[in-house]
Amino acid sequence: MHAVHTHNLSLFLGESQALADISCCVREGEFVAILGPNGAGKSTFLKVLLGVLEPSSGNVLVFEKKPREVDPAWIGYVPQAKTLDRNFPALATELVVTGLHRTWRRRISAADRTAALSALEMVGASHLADRPLSALSGGELQRIYLARSLARKPRLILLDEPATGIDTVGETDFYRLLARYRNEQNATILMITHNQEVASAHADRVMVLNRRLLGFGTPQETMCDECLQSAYGPAHHPLHLTDLRAGSHA
Amino acid sequence: MLEALTLPFMQRALIAGLMVAFLASYYGVFVVQRGLGFLGNGLAHAAFGGVALGLLLGREPLMIAVPFTVAVSIAIIWVRHRTTLASDTVIGVFFAVSMAAGIIFLSLKKEYSADAFSYLFGSILAITDTDLKVSAGVVLLALLAQPLWGRWAYATFDRELAISDRVPVVLDEYLLGVLLSVTVVVAVKVVGIVLISAFLVIPAAAARLVVRRFATMTWLSILFGMSSAAFGLWGSYQLDLPSGATIVILQALIFLACLGILTLTRAIAAGRGKA
Ligand SMILES: Nc1ncnc2c1ncn2[C@@H]1O[C@H](COP(=O)(O)OP(=O)(O)OP(=O)(O)O)[C@@H](O)[C@H]1O
Ligand SMILES: [Mg+2]
Repeated sequence: MHAVHTHNLSLFLGESQALADISCCVREGEFVAILGPNGAGKSTFLKVLLGVLEPSSGNVLVFEKKPREVDPAWIGYVPQAKTLDRNFPALATELVVTGLHRTWRRRISAADRTAALSALEMVGASHLADRPLSALSGGELQRIYLARSLARKPRLILLDEPATGIDTVGETDFYRLLARYRNEQNATILMITHNQEVASAHADRVMVLNRRLLGFGTPQETMCDECLQSAYGPAHHPLHLTDLRAGSHA
Repeated sequence: MLEALTLPFMQRALIAGLMVAFLASYYGVFVVQRGLGFLGNGLAHAAFGGVALGLLLGREPLMIAVPFTVAVSIAIIWVRHRTTLASDTVIGVFFAVSMAAGIIFLSLKKEYSADAFSYLFGSILAITDTDLKVSAGVVLLALLAQPLWGRWAYATFDRELAISDRVPVVLDEYLLGVLLSVTVVVAVKVVGIVLISAFLVIPAAAARLVVRRFATMTWLSILFGMSSAAFGLWGSYQLDLPSGATIVILQALIFLACLGILTLTRAIAAGRGKA
């Protein structure tokens, strides 16, 4: 079964085209890293798979269903670390429990608390369980979001730069945890990252995105200079100006 | 001291005050956490436009104000969803327009309208049995909608996460807007247009200062709102002061007390850190 299948997916945000003609397939159980420069539409792509954004044209199937028809319990999502709302009065556990119940709970039952604690344990954050969100560091909060996404035991994990702010030891543990979870559950992972080493070390396949799908294959195939140049352009490699134009203004 | 309660108008005022305070401080927690404090003000002035239209047409002002205010709040949310304008900008536009319309409506009414003042500043003497019934209906609505608290809280925390979990956030925003509008209109007689936003903002803000969980914030806000309404009404009767203003002063005292508690607990924590 395909976890993700898109055909000629295009999406306009306002007047600008964030995604153009993306056709790809991700098999169940695959680990796919998504690379691309800022503003390439990576986050937008995940939001389409989540059903948060509707494509302007083309087809998208997640587990062979339209994104909005997929049981949200199947998908674990870690949003891009933004200026998170720390002003909301909540304890870390409560945020993890939204991963279980998909709503805000008035009370945390003993069973919910146990489940939340074991998810926090997985990401090395059980000591943060009773801390208010306002008292967490950026990396700590990121771990809580990871715990939240894993708490529902998802079949598909969508990670938007999940390692942002996580310390190096934590990062190694995190990739180990992802690998173990994937093996145990045959889960599919799509992870946006800016780290090419991480992408080639952990992913089965790498997707290079800059509005268009510029490359999709094993790390060896896609991490070649040519493909990366077409996505990132002359900032990295002073040659191939034409490729950049083709990539970003297509 | 409790003889005031034997007076029928005081009984009506107390019941209306408690209902209005419950509604405003319950919805207030969402208003405050969504950074929509200005919305209360905007809707209150929309209510003024509606009341003025009612006075002009010679109809029961609140019956005109309800649809008028609901329409304005729907318009605010509609524009908000379709543009990149900030909420307070959109609210600012509608707020001014409703106020202007209200002023024109009042000027078109040739006779002197002392009534307008009782709507601006509230008048517990003017509360009728019909007002009580309408308020009770709105409270019932709030209680029926109470299972939506979790959804609203989730979307308040993170709109996008809530959408990804299939919470109908757009529908909920309209729903909350409509319920808020109705609340604002039923609050007009007790509080007065000028002070309604205090009822939405102050109890919730005070609660926010001293809690760590949104559920606790909700309960505490309701407690603060209802107790300041009860004591404020009693105080206003004893001291012969305007009811809405007296209640707001009490709310402000609670807010100050919470601020004091917050400062104190921080100081104690810092002291411990040093020791
Ligand atoms: N709400 C919006 N309205 C209009 N344009 C938007 C909106 N959100 C994003 N965009 C545009 O869509 C494009 C893709 O944005 P997206 O957030 O998907 O990029 P990204 O690849 O995730 O970048 P980054 O590496 O910085 O996270 C960008 O050019 C951005 O300017
Ligand atoms: Mg992004």
